[in-house]
Amino acid sequence: MALTGLEIYKHLPKENCKECGVPTCLAFAMKVAAGQAGLDDCPRLSDQARAQLGEASAPPQRLVKIGADPNAIQVGQETALFRHDDKFHHPTAVALRISDAEDEPALRQRCQAFRKLQFLRVGVTIHPDMIALADESGSPDKMQAAAEVIYNELGVPMVLMSDKIEALSAAAMGPLNGSRPVLYCTGQAGADELADLAQRTSSPVCVAGELQAAADTVEALAAKGVRDVLISRGAAPAREALAFATQSRRAALNKKFRPLGCPILAVACGEDKTAAALDACAHVAKYAAVLVCDAWPPHLLVPILTTRQNVYSDPQKPVQVEAKLYDVGETSADSPLLVTTNFSLSYYSVESEVEASRIPCRILAVDTEGTSVLTAWAADKFNPETIAAALKAAGVEEKVAHRQLVIPGHVAVIAASLAEECGWKVLVGPKEASGIGPYLKNDYKMA
Amino acid sequence: MSSLPDVKEKWTGKVNTVVIGATPEEGGTRTSTVTIGGAETLPFLSFEGAVGRRPAIAAEVWDSGGEAWPEVLRQAYGEALSSPGEWAKKAVEFGVDLICLRLMGAHPDSGDRSPQQCAQTVKEVLAAVGVPLIIWGCGVDEKDNQILPAASAAAKGENCLMGTAREKNYRTIVAVCLADKHKLIAESPLDINIAKQVNILCSDAGFPVGDIVIFPTTGALGYGIEYVYSIQERGRLAALRGDKLLGQPVICDVGFEAWRAKEAKAPPFEGVTDETRPYWGVMWEAATALVLLQAGAELVVMRHPDAIQYVRKAVDRFMPADEEKS
Ligand code: SF4
Repeated sequence: MALTGLEIYKHLPKENCKECGVPTCLAFAMKVAAGQAGLDDCPRLSDQARAQLGEASAPPQRLVKIGADPNAIQVGQETALFRHDDKFHHPTAVALRISDAEDEPALRQRCQAFRKLQFLRVGVTIHPDMIALADESGSPDKMQAAAEVIYNELGVPMVLMSDKIEALSAAAMGPLNGSRPVLYCTGQAGADELADLAQRTSSPVCVAGELQAAADTVEALAAKGVRDVLISRGAAPAREALAFATQSRRAALNKKFRPLGCPILAVACGEDKTAAALDACAHVAKYAAVLVCDAWPPHLLVPILTTRQNVYSDPQKPVQVEAKLYDVGETSADSPLLVTTNFSLSYYSVESEVEASRIPCRILAVDTEGTSVLTAWAADKFNPETIAAALKAAGVEEKVAHRQLVIPGHVAVIAASLAEECGWKVLVGPKEASGIGPYLKNDYKMA
Repeated sequence: MSSLPDVKEKWTGKVNTVVIGATPEEGGTRTSTVTIGGAETLPFLSFEGAVGRRPAIAAEVWDSGGEAWPEVLRQAYGEALSSPGEWAKKAVEFGVDLICLRLMGAHPDSGDRSPQQCAQTVKEVLAAVGVPLIIWGCGVDEKDNQILPAASAAAKGENCLMGTAREKNYRTIVAVCLADKHKLIAESPLDINIAKQVNILCSDAGFPVGDIVIFPTTGALGYGIEYVYSIQERGRLAALRGDKLLGQPVICDVGFEAWRAKEAKAPPFEGVTDETRPYWGVMWEAATALVLLQAGAELVVMRHPDAIQYVRKAVDRFMPADEEKS
């Protein structure tokens, strides 16, 4: 049985010191009860209290830290099967795979390429998070040398994959010591060997196999005190990987079955890189905490990263930008004024089209509680009154010399009443953001 | 060692099956029919129950205006884009299960084609291909109410899937689908309650809910797909829990939405070359389809032949190995 927040609170130090990252002990207790924090986050908890609270209060899925600060990534501790029940908390860590058989210049080139994989979408830079180094050389020395080159170049958290414990051990020690890579033994490995590896390297390990086998190994590792564990169905076909991910997440969350309460590492590699990238999108949607893939070309990678950006957004909170006046480009008092909502997708669609047109503009993002143009209009949040009020609040009159604004084509019906309400000339722009460039170039006229 | 807990859900409901198309024995002229639906569990979870029929793929064909499609698509279809019949033929060669004929040219702003012209196009496409047809209006209420009766009559007995019925405009399309024996797409704007409401309205107007396919509105990857994803998941869960007003198969308008995305047409990133640009649209479309299939979708309407191929192969990877390939 899970403990309630108050039951947990009784055992806490009640010092409200905030070291757990939460303002009060009570708030911390509530988070623990909700499965969103672990007792380990309270450094002041006595050993006695820890033992008493023990397992009962641990979140159903464990949080695992990969990598070393400041680049560490936390994965796991998810609380729901469906994002409409509770947002997914820790976005899938995307790892791009490199073979250790590549020579050093090639490895450095890979690292260089990795650094360039940064993409700005709706105001957020999305990028891969990790490197997965695969043992294809068969030589522990080579594996160690390759790991060193990559880690020194990038410093990002890593997954080390090999069918040999010695290679993992060699690569994780030496210069990588303390960097907490995920050690993923793709071959046969007993719980004793894995536990020994995890303890020697102080690193999380990944257990691969079918459900029962994975659960047995996780349990055996726990008995030896090794708890930072990920589970994987390895390179199994997509339908089996999906079944594994769903069953283990249900077992952990719905049945509080600890041996499967581990974040999932999914592998989406294969001859057909496009097919693998599509499987990767499915893995992101269905429960991968770490994704190992070969999606180096941006056209394969960006769909995966975008899937993550979307699926892991908070469904309770519309993604919005601050409602205010934005200057895009070198604006002057004569620059056109475009009006849209503060739904981030609406705003950024307009912004990027303005940027692409190279015509400096001002964009007024009206507070519609983060809803899109049509939704906001239907809900009466994007109407002559709210737009006129936003114009005033943002002090637009002082910033522009003209008195005309452009509204989205979808709300052409409000043009006349808006003109009356604010006394400005109202122009009707295109319906789709993609029409903004041509509109500014060909149709927009200063009165 | 602990034995695994049983995590199978005991669902009480299922997704309806809907057949589209009619062969000569069934009063039509199609050479094949398509059956969708039938799942008794969440998408592809064969460990738990019957996953139903494999999701079907329809190729989108326009009556006119295809010449304005993004360049990558124009290259894929070539000259055929100016002739709906040729276009449909080409799409069938690319391996789709159905054709989705969108009467975009009837839109008052883009051609304003007449009901007679629309009916003519329907006949042309029916004559050109043997696969079943989806017929989709232009989205403007008044105009749809003029063209859909003509289009429906032109395909009488072919058991097409006609769309769309909307909360504020369903009577005409319901009446013609009943009269001409077609299946019906019920559209709702990303809202479970409205989805149910449209089904109730159609049902009250005499249309069997078992012959409805739901269109909960589609958004592309990067452009609101998360809302669609959650609406589809919520709808599917409700259906499996026994809500008969959400037990209809779901259709997704993937190609239309995905190819509006900037990433599909002109990816705004450094290093995109003429050589790699075509792959962006294909991936954007295929990824949009794949993500929505994970949330519960029985029918995806698509555009690019390569994206269609990739999604077809992906469905193979997710469906049970012993599933019959029909
Ligand atoms: S760290 Fe511990 S003692 Fe300090 S506020 Fe958090 S729960 Fe209370």
